[in-house]
Amino acid sequence: MAGGIYNKPIVFALTATVVILIGTAVTMFYPMLTPEMHPKLENLKPFTALQLAGRDIYQREGCVNCHTQTVRPLKSEVMRYGEYSKAGEFAYDRPFLWGSKRTGPDLARIGGKYPDAWHYKHFDKPQAMFAESNMPAYTFLKDEKLDPASIEAHMKGLSMPYTTEEMAALSGKTGMDALVAYMQVIGTAVKKAAAPAAAVASTVKEKHFENPLAGNPQAIAKGKDLYAKNCATCHGANAKGDIGPSLVDDEFFYEKGDLPDDDYFEVTNNGTSEGYTEDGRVGKGGMPGFKDSLSKDDIWSIVAYLRSIKGK
Amino acid sequence: MNDYQYDNQTVKGFVVSSVFWGVVGIVIGLLISIQMWRPEFNFAPFFTFGRLRTVHTNSLAFGLGVGAIFGLSYYILMRLTKRPLLFPKLARIQLYLFNIGIAAAAVTLFMGMTQSLEYAELEWPLDIAIVILWVMFAVNVFGTIIKRKEEQMYISLWYIIATVIAVAVLYIINNLSIPVGPFKSYHLFAGVNSANVEWWYGHNAVGFVFTTPILAMFYYFLPKSTGIPIFSHRLSIISFWSLVFAYLWTGAHHLVYTPLPDWIQTLGIVFTIFLIAPSWGSVVNGYYTVGSDWDKMNTQYLTKFFIMGITFYGLQTVQGPTQGLRVVSQLIHYTDWVPGHVHMGTMGWVTMTTAASIYYVIPKIYHTEIYSIKVANIHFWLVLIGQLIFSITMWITGIQQGALWKAVNDDGSLKYSFVETLTKNYPFWQLRTVGGLIFTVGMLFFIYNIYMTIRRGSLAEAKA
Ligand code: HEC
Ligand code: HEC
Ligand code: HEM
Ligand code: HEM
Repeated sequence: MAGGIYNKPIVFALTATVVILIGTAVTMFYPMLTPEMHPKLENLKPFTALQLAGRDIYQREGCVNCHTQTVRPLKSEVMRYGEYSKAGEFAYDRPFLWGSKRTGPDLARIGGKYPDAWHYKHFDKPQAMFAESNMPAYTFLKDEKLDPASIEAHMKGLSMPYTTEEMAALSGKTGMDALVAYMQVIGTAVKKAAAPAAAVASTVKEKHFENPLAGNPQAIAKGKDLYAKNCATCHGANAKGDIGPSLVDDEFFYEKGDLPDDDYFEVTNNGTSEGYTEDGRVGKGGMPGFKDSLSKDDIWSIVAYLRSIKGK
Repeated sequence: MNDYQYDNQTVKGFVVSSVFWGVVGIVIGLLISIQMWRPEFNFAPFFTFGRLRTVHTNSLAFGLGVGAIFGLSYYILMRLTKRPLLFPKLARIQLYLFNIGIAAAAVTLFMGMTQSLEYAELEWPLDIAIVILWVMFAVNVFGTIIKRKEEQMYISLWYIIATVIAVAVLYIINNLSIPVGPFKSYHLFAGVNSANVEWWYGHNAVGFVFTTPILAMFYYFLPKSTGIPIFSHRLSIISFWSLVFAYLWTGAHHLVYTPLPDWIQTLGIVFTIFLIAPSWGSVVNGYYTVGSDWDKMNTQYLTKFFIMGITFYGLQTVQGPTQGLRVVSQLIHYTDWVPGHVHMGTMGWVTMTTAASIYYVIPKIYHTEIYSIKVANIHFWLVLIGQLIFSITMWITGIQQGALWKAVNDDGSLKYSFVETLTKNYPFWQLRTVGGLIFTVGMLFFIYNIYMTIRRGSLAEAKA
């Protein structure tokens, strides 16, 4: 028989087809028919027109060639990026944009990580924020006007719900607006895990923790360095405020009167979201938490540094 | 004889086009390798890394790869069926359409028209063109084989037939999409399912573009250029069927630790490990073939190309299954290790074997000898050194990256910010550009050699 098939091209081709289709059927066709390949989280929402326009730009610019959008369930990865990715988060993703190379960081939890202003500044010139970044500048997106007609066609094609007001609001928006809107929605269907605070954050504190490194010159020098690397992009090189508020004035969370060192510690450790309260004061959100990327000593050093330059 | 002459010109047309698109792809490869350590080399909007990387992979996989596959498969086909192509004019039209298609592909990718599916980036009008091209190819392959003048089908024909069938199935299914504009569409599949379909496709694009047709070349041109018959027919039967069976199960090794259901990942990994066996079937067959007369490594200049090519194929097919294991994947996935793997395969196996096949074919078409064996040897050493620098630097920096991403301080916080881990790649990325340059110079020697051979051949013909 073995001799036979190699003289009969049609039989050979049919056999080869069957052989190829077995693995295909088991690993690709069959799963498609099961619900486990079509999961959807309850609070996952379809894209708005502006978000979809941003996603189109994400596709067009090949951001997927440098950025992934899946956090694997590995300890260090969850620490770096946030809660690991769930199958039900991607029901509206056509195609999936998980990517295969992390030249830049994962973006699966980028939504809400930074304030909008951060993204505008970053897309305009990444190197202005991270001198050694190799991400291309996308300045031209600021001048690119969106085309509501084609976005509407895209929404229709995907059967995404939209309103006429929503479409009307698109004219006048830029490509950069759309891309930022898309950034802010990625991964938001999964609740952020509350930060297990190192020092307990409470609404109003009875007792404050001392900064163990207050006034320590070595810590201040180290804090200066860490500040430049981690905080200056948002709070400004001299900490007088930019995207985030000034850290050297007499206000905290938009009210007169500074708060003690441990409140600085906690905000830096935990990060804030809208409505976050620290010692009775309410924040507006947008401050990322540093509990996984900075040690306690690091944070206390930064606070010591900030105190050393306060009012200067 | 005249019919062969016409078809030979078609073969030559494909070979020259393939080399042309190869050069385009390699030059863009050099540019993106520089962009990775010098972002000022991004020229927005058309020439940023995000868009160019796709032009690089497509012009090499579809321009260099598929162009060579078309041309060399036709050459092999005619020799093994002992007749000219059944539809010579169709093949000629296919050649023109191929070049128009690849040019259009490059332009649309520069413009950012992409489906964002790796190796299936081209938008739907081009997908249709590619399916038409493939049907033309299939018609000629099957037609010519059915009307063949040689009873037995040799190994290379099996691999060509498998390629024709598998690529058609893979390409059509993964490119099913919802068109929403002239050059914009969305994947028909969503989320996890989209990922599963894409990597079922993606891995087998590697399997049926960068493996089976290259093996067809290997099995044909190695015995031809050495004059030694293939070592074991039985071994090639076993490796063929187990290879085409196992390949289709393994796509999930690209999705290890993602939200893809665990059982698909595990099944994929099991078959991934199994793939070592059929792959090494061909490696062993190649070694033992030349093994009967190792002198050929010195006396016949093409032998070392084929043996080096199959050696890298062998290394690639041990490294690949290792990468699929969960413990290894968690470290190297998403890092530069993977481009290291990729370029050992594409530069060391695909380009090496294809170039050697072209060295064999061009003088045969022109009834002449290769212009210079010395130039071919220089070519060989340069591409070998260039590729080794590329792969080795990427493996080192890939492992480093994986380790730095995981590193934690005593108190459990992460040791390095992302940007700190990024900058540690820069010296290696610079070295990679050097490796790429050496490889490119090697390819220029190759092109010069082929050009001079064609020139000499046409001169001889003009005189005759
Ligand atoms: C050449 C690779 C590359 C490309 C292409 C690229 N990026 Fe980046 N991206 C990076 C790197 C490296 C970083 C980290 C340094 C920085 O923030 O600039 C980064 C950071 C980011 C961040 C901040 C992530 C965080 O958690 O701090 C966002 C958001 C982002 N990129 C979005 C995009 C978008 C959207 C695109 C496409 C328009 C894009 N990137 C294209 C490499 C790239
Ligand atoms: C992505 C931008 C960003 C970065 C990076 C950032 N911050 Fe903030 N920060 C903010 C924003 C926005 C607020 C306002 C938060 C709110 O209203 O909830 C804030 C608020 C604060 C506050 C409360 C101060 C006040 O007076 O209201 C402190 C303290 C603080 N940040 C410290 C830091 C430190 C220390 C770092 C570096 C380790 C840092 N931040 C890095 C954006 C940032
Ligand atoms: C001068 C020679 C070359 C250079 C400098 C080069 C450079 C590059 C670079 C910089 C990348 C991106 C890696 C990343 O994103 O981290 C890449 C990816 C890629 N290249 Fe090349 N390349 C060259 C030759 C080739 C050849 C000859 C082929 C194929 C025949 C090829 C196929 C690919 C593929 C398939 C990828 C995608 C890899 C992945 O997704 O992991 N390259 N190349
Ligand atoms: C037995 C054979 C092989 C196996 C099991 C295998 C396995 C793998 C695995 C597991 C990955 C994913 C790595 C990761 O992202 O973590 C990968 C990537 C890749 N391999 Fe292989 N490999 C094999 C042979 C080859 C060959 C011969 C080539 C030829 C060039 C090749 C080209 C590629 C490419 C281009 C990618 C990158 C895909 C992407 O992310 O874009 N592989 N391979």
